[in-house]
Amino acid sequence: MLLTISTTLRPATDLGYLLHKHPDRVQEFGQSYGTARVFYPEASEERCTAALMLDVDPVRLVRSRGRSTPDYALGQYVNDRPYAASSLLAGALADVFRTARAGRCASRPELAAGPVPLEITLPALPCRGGPELAHRLFEPLGWAVEARAVPLDEGFPEWGDSRYVRLALRGEVRLADALNQLYVLLPVLDDAKHYWIAPDEVDKLIRAGESWLAAHPERGLITRRYLGRRWALARTAFARLAELGDDVEEDLEPPVEEDPEPSREEGAEPPAEEPSATAAEEPAGPRDEAGPRVGAVESGAVESGAVESGTVEPGTVEPGTVEPGAKRPLNAVRREAVAGVLRELGAHTVIDLGCGTGQLVGALLADPAFTRVAGTDVSAHALTVAARKLRLDRMPDRQRERLELFQGALTYTDDRFAGYDAAVLMEVVEHVDLPRLPALERVVFGAARPGHVVVTTPNAEYNVRYEFLTGMRHPDHRFEWTRAEFAAWAAKVCDEYRYTVAFRPVGDDDPELGPPTQMAVFTLGGTR
Amino acid sequence: MTETAVPEDGGDDLARAVPETGDPATGAAAPAATEIAVPAMSLVVLVGVSGSGKSTFARRHFAPTQVISSDFCRGLVADDENDQAATPDAFDVLHYIVRTRLRRGLLTVVDATNVQWEARRQLIDLAKSENVLVDAVVLDVPEEVAIARNEARPDRDFGPQVVRRQRKDLRRSLGKISRDGFRRVHVLRGVEQIEAAAVVTEKAWTDRRELTGPFDIIGDVHGCRAELEALLRKLGWEVTPAGASHPEGRTAVFVGDLVDRGPDTPGVLRLVMGMVAAGTALCVSGNHEQKLARALNGRKVRVAHGLQESLDQLSAEPEEFRTAALAFMDGLISHYQLDGGGLVVAHAGLKEAYHGRASGRVRSFALYGDTTGETDEYGLPVRYPWAREYRGRAMVVYGHTPVPEPEWINNTICLDTGVVFGGRLTALRYPSREIVSVPAEKVWYEPVKPFAAPGHRDPETLSIDDVRGTRHIEVRYGGGRIKVREENSAAALEIMSRFAVDPRWLVYLPPTMAPPETSRLDGHLEHPAEAFAEFAAAGVGRVVCEEKHMGSRAVAVLARTPEAAAARFGVEDGSAGAVYTRTGRPFFDDAAVIGALVDRLRSACAPLMDELGSDWLVLDCELLPWSAKAEGLIRNQYASVGAAARTALPETIAALEAAAGRGLGVGGLLDRTRRRLDNAARFRDAYARYCWPVSGLEGLRVAPFQILACEGRATAATEPHSWHLEALSRLEDPLIAPTRHVYVDLDSEESRQAATVWWEALTAEGGEGMVVKPLTAPAGPAGSTAPPGRTGASGPEGEAEPRPVEVRPGRVQPGIKVRGREYLRIIYGPDYTESLDVLRNRFLGRKRSLALREHALGLEALSRLAEGEPLWRVHEAVFAVLALESEPVDPRL
Repeated sequence: MLLTISTTLRPATDLGYLLHKHPDRVQEFGQSYGTARVFYPEASEERCTAALMLDVDPVRLVRSRGRSTPDYALGQYVNDRPYAASSLLAGALADVFRTARAGRCASRPELAAGPVPLEITLPALPCRGGPELAHRLFEPLGWAVEARAVPLDEGFPEWGDSRYVRLALRGEVRLADALNQLYVLLPVLDDAKHYWIAPDEVDKLIRAGESWLAAHPERGLITRRYLGRRWALARTAFARLAELGDDVEEDLEPPVEEDPEPSREEGAEPPAEEPSATAAEEPAGPRDEAGPRVGAVESGAVESGAVESGTVEPGTVEPGTVEPGAKRPLNAVRREAVAGVLRELGAHTVIDLGCGTGQLVGALLADPAFTRVAGTDVSAHALTVAARKLRLDRMPDRQRERLELFQGALTYTDDRFAGYDAAVLMEVVEHVDLPRLPALERVVFGAARPGHVVVTTPNAEYNVRYEFLTGMRHPDHRFEWTRAEFAAWAAKVCDEYRYTVAFRPVGDDDPELGPPTQMAVFTLGGTR
Repeated sequence: MTETAVPEDGGDDLARAVPETGDPATGAAAPAATEIAVPAMSLVVLVGVSGSGKSTFARRHFAPTQVISSDFCRGLVADDENDQAATPDAFDVLHYIVRTRLRRGLLTVVDATNVQWEARRQLIDLAKSENVLVDAVVLDVPEEVAIARNEARPDRDFGPQVVRRQRKDLRRSLGKISRDGFRRVHVLRGVEQIEAAAVVTEKAWTDRRELTGPFDIIGDVHGCRAELEALLRKLGWEVTPAGASHPEGRTAVFVGDLVDRGPDTPGVLRLVMGMVAAGTALCVSGNHEQKLARALNGRKVRVAHGLQESLDQLSAEPEEFRTAALAFMDGLISHYQLDGGGLVVAHAGLKEAYHGRASGRVRSFALYGDTTGETDEYGLPVRYPWAREYRGRAMVVYGHTPVPEPEWINNTICLDTGVVFGGRLTALRYPSREIVSVPAEKVWYEPVKPFAAPGHRDPETLSIDDVRGTRHIEVRYGGGRIKVREENSAAALEIMSRFAVDPRWLVYLPPTMAPPETSRLDGHLEHPAEAFAEFAAAGVGRVVCEEKHMGSRAVAVLARTPEAAAARFGVEDGSAGAVYTRTGRPFFDDAAVIGALVDRLRSACAPLMDELGSDWLVLDCELLPWSAKAEGLIRNQYASVGAAARTALPETIAALEAAAGRGLGVGGLLDRTRRRLDNAARFRDAYARYCWPVSGLEGLRVAPFQILACEGRATAATEPHSWHLEALSRLEDPLIAPTRHVYVDLDSEESRQAATVWWEALTAEGGEGMVVKPLTAPAGPAGSTAPPGRTGASGPEGEAEPRPVEVRPGRVQPGIKVRGREYLRIIYGPDYTESLDVLRNRFLGRKRSLALREHALGLEALSRLAEGEPLWRVHEAVFAVLALESEPVDPRL
C-alpha cells in the first residue's frame, strides 16, 4: 500500500526536514506484520514527493496472532491489507512520522508551525460511504478533494464499484495536522472490524484530533467509527460457520433493536458524545504511539462507561432514533407498552423470548412487581452483551435471584420456557422463516403454554411513513405483516392452541395505516 | 419373622402380588433361616435402635455401594460421624444420594435408626416420587444387647438413655408401621433370627425382559371377537374358541381394552384368557378392564362408554366364567418390559422414567395416559402428547386413543385403530415392525368424537435437550462416541435455529475434508503424490480421483411426490424436497427458485428412484457456479482484494520506477512489486473462472457425486464410490454436470502417474483440483466383519494379497482433496507462491481428526434416517456435524 505526500514549497526538498526523512535515502522501519519504507520518487526544488510504502506480509500478519484470536478466519490470508490504506497504514504513518506528527522540526520550525502547500494521494483507500463521504470528511478541514471510486471488477461491470476510492487531497495545511487527520480518518473511512482495539484508543483519538476534531461537523460519525465495534472472542465459532456456508458474516449478525431511522443520511445522526467528555471517564491506559495495537483485547478490557456508550451494536440504529413525528424512540415506546400490558395482566413472572441485549429484561427487573424475570436468546453474543449491560456481575443478590438469562432457541421445545405467567415475543416472530413459524408456535403456545403471550411485530402498512426505507425494516426480517395478516395468524394460533387474543397499537396510531408496531395479547383459554 | 404386606390403594402391581404370610403375634416362632424378599428395584429402609446391628446386617446382605448410612453422611458433611448438630445436613445428603440412585433404578438400603415415623415418611415419599417400591426391615433386639454393643464401641459416647428412648419410639412405631406405606415390613426379632436371616431379591412383575418374542402385539379389541379371530388367523395363528397358538411359537401381547362396547366381550375374554393361561399371550390392563372389574366387584362406577354392554353380556355367562374373568382382569398388570428392555407394552403408553417402575402414578399413566386435567370440546380428557417428548431407546407400543393410521412417533406407536367404531383391528409384528390389520365387520358402537377425520400428522418436535450442552454421540461407523463441546453446540444452535431449513429436511450435513500432507515439490503446496502415498500406506489398494467442482456444496433431498415427502419426512406443506447449503440454509433466498430446482432435480432423478426402488433420495452435490451462492462473499472478499491490488500496485510501481530513476536502491522491491501485480491478475482470474451470471435456473449446474441415502439404505455407508458415480452418470438433464473421475491402482506407478497428469491438466485449465477416495465403502459398523458392497471394478481376483499394514477402522481418511496451484490463491492469498516455505509449515492433525469425526457423524445420521429412527435421533447427529464445524481449525486446510 502506498501513500504519497508532495509539496510545491520552495525549496520543495524542505519536505525532507519536515518529515525528518532524507530525500536521497530509502529508509526502512520494521513493523510486526511487514516493513514500512520511505523513499522519494521526486525531489526537486519545485516539487518533492515522499512515498510511504507499507509491505504487509499477510502470512506474517496471521501467524503473529494465535489460533484463538477472532480474526482466525479465512479472510485473513485473502486480505486487502497488503494493498489498501487501512488502519495498518495509519499505524505505520504514526510510527514513521512520529516527530512530524507532533509538529516538531528544529531546523525549519516556522514551516512546521504553519500551513504549507500539500498534495496527498492514496491509490486504494477503503472508504465505506463512497467518494461522497471522503468529501464530507476532508473538505471541512480545508482540502480540495478528488475522490474516484474504483470498480470492483471490470470483467463483471454488473458488480459496480468496490469500496475503494482513489483519493487525492490538495491544500494549504499544516503538515502535522495533515498527518494527524490521516491517522484518524483512514480507519474511520475504512470502518473495518476492529478486532484488536487497545484500551487507550480514546486517548489516541483525543490527542490526534486535538486541533481539528472538535470543530469538525462530522465529529460524531468520526468518533463512533474510530472507536469501532467490539467483538467478543466468542464470535469466532459463529464467523467460521458463516464462512462455511458461503455467507458474509455481517449478513448473519444477530438482530438487536432495529427500528428504521427517520433519515438514512449519516449527517443527520444525533451527535455522539464529545471526545472531551469521554476522556474524563476513560482510565489512563498505556500510551502507545505506534497506532492500533496488534493483539486481541479481552472483552472485559474495554468495559467502561465511556466505551460502553460508544458501542454500536451491529444492525442497530443509534440511540435516540425516533419514529417519524414522535418525540420518543419507538423501541422505548414499545418496551413501555409491553411492560404496561404485563402489569395490566397481573403477570408477576415473565420470560422474554428473544431478549436480545436485555433492554426489556432490565426494565422489568426495575419493577419489583415482577418477581421472576427470564431472558432467553439464541445468540450467545447477544446474551454476553445483555449480561454486561445489566451488569450481572455486580447485581445485588436479591435482584440477581429474580433474573435468569440463558441461551435457547424458539424452534426447540424447552422446559425452561415453562412456568411463567407471561411470555413476551417482542419483535421476534418476523426473524423466523415463515415455514418454521409453526415450530415456534408449538414451542411457545403448545409446550411452554404460559397464561399470556405478548407478541409485537412491525406493521408493514406503516412502512410508507419511513421516508428512506426500502424493503423491510431490518435485513434479517423474513417477513413483515399487515394488520390483517397479523390478525389472521393470531386467529390460527388461538384456534390451534386454545388461546384468545386482543390487539393493541404501539406508537402513534395512524388512522389509515395503523401504528408502527402492532401488538397481540394472547390469553390461555378465556372467552373470545 | 413377621411380614406384613400392605395393599396399596390404586393397586401396585407388586404389592398385590405378595400374599399375606404370618401373623405379627406369632412372629417369634420363625424358622431358623428366615428369607426376606425385597424387590430388585426398591428402597429398603432398615429400622432399629442404635446398636441393633443394622450396619452389620446391611454389610452382610448388600453390596457396599447399595448401603447409605446416616453416620457416613454425617462424616461427609462434618468430618465426624457422631456430630449430631450436622444431622439435618447429613440427611439432606443422604436423601440426595438415595433419590439419585432410585432415579437410576438401583436397589438402595438406608442404614439409619428410622425409629420415628417422620424419618420413615420422608424416605417413603422419596421412593414414591421416584416410583419405586419401598420395604422396611425392622431389627428388634433386646434393650440390653443394644446398650452393651454401644458401650463396647469407643466412638459412641452416648448413654443408655438414648437407646431406651429410641426403643420407646420403635415400640410405638411397630404398632402401626404397617400403615406407613411400605410395600412390606419384615420384622426380625432377636439376635438369633437376625443372624439367621437371608435376603433375596425378587424381580418386578412387569419385568419380562427374558422374553424375546417374536411378538404379535394387538391393539384395542373392545369385544370384537370375530375381528380378533380374523386378525389372529391372518397372522398365522391357529384359533379355537378358548385359545390360540402359533406354529412358529410367536407370543401375542394384548395392549388392553379387550372389553366393553363391542358385541362379544365374553368371547374375547375367553379366547385371551385361554391364550394367557396357555402361555401363548400376555395381556396388560386397559382402563376398561379396570373399570369393569370394579363394577363386577360391586363397587360404584358410572356405567358409560360401553360398560353396560359388557355387564349385560357377562350376565348371560355362567357364574364360574364371571368369577374367572374377574380374577383375570383383576390380575392384569400395568405394563410389561420385554426383550431385554427393548420393548415396552402399556395400554396408554409409558414414558421412559416409568419403565419397570411401580406406583399408583405409573399405573395411572399406563392405563389413562398423561392427562392434563383439561377436557376438549367433546368432554373427553385432553392428553398430554408424551410420545412427542419420548427419547427412550425402548420401543413403546400402546393403544387407548383411536387413531386413523398407526404411526411412529419417536419409537412409539399406537395400535388402536378403532375396530369397534368401524375402523380396523391392528397388530404390530415385533421385531419386524410390520403392521397387519383387518377391517371391522361394521360400526359396532358410535363414537362420541368423529373418528377417522382426515389425519393431521403430529409434527415431531425437537427438544433443546436433543442438542444442548456437551454431548457424546454414539456412531456405528468408525466406532465409539464423538464428543461435541458445549460452546460448539451453542454456535450451531444459533445458525441452526435462525437459518436452517425445516429439520425434517435436514437429514445430513457434509463433513469437512482434509488435504494431503504438504508437498515439497517446487511451486506446490499440494500434490497427488502425498494423497496416493497416504492411502497406500493405510493398505488401500484402489482409489478413485473425482474432479472437485468449484461451486458451493449442496445437499438435495428429493421425494417423488409431495405425498411421498409427507409419508417419509412428515413435511405436509406440499413441498417435495429441499436443497440446502453446508450450514443447512436454504440454497437460495427465493423459495420459488428452490422450488423450481427441486422440481427439476426430481424429474431428472425419477429413473434413478425407480432403479433404487425408493420414493425419495438424498444427494450430495456441488452447485455451480460458485457465484450463484457466494456472489456476496466473492464481491465483498475476493473481488475487493483484486480491486485494491489492481489500483494500488501500478501506482506503487510508478513511484518505485521514479525513485529508481533518481538512482535510489529500490530495484529488488520494484521486481517484487511487478511480480505481485502479476500474482494479483492470476488471483483475479482464479475467482472469475467460478463466476458467471445466473437467472433462475438459467446458467445453473448441479454436479451430484454421491447418493447419500434412499429407502431403507444409507448408500453413502454401504456402496462404493464406483457405484455412486456410475448410477449418477446415467442422469440425463442439461442441468446435471458430470463428475469426471479416474480410477487408480495404487500398486501401479503408471496408474498413479496417469492420474497425476490428469490432475495437472485439470488444475492447469483452472480447475479446483480433485478428491481422492478409497474405492471401497467405509468399514462396516462396529462388530460387522466384512465391509459391505465390494466394488465390481476391483473384484476379489484383482485385489492384491492382504498388505502387512494394519488398517485401523475409522482411521483411514474418507477422502483427501488435492487442490490446484492457481486455485490455492483464493485460499492463501494472491502472493502465497512468494511464501511457500512458510506456508508449508502447516498442521493437519486437527483437520484430519475433524474430518474423520464429521464423516462418522454424517454416516450415522444417514443410517438413522434409513432405519426409520425418530427425527431427534437423526437431528442429533446432523447438528453435531454443524457444531464440530465451528471448532477452530485452520480454515485454509
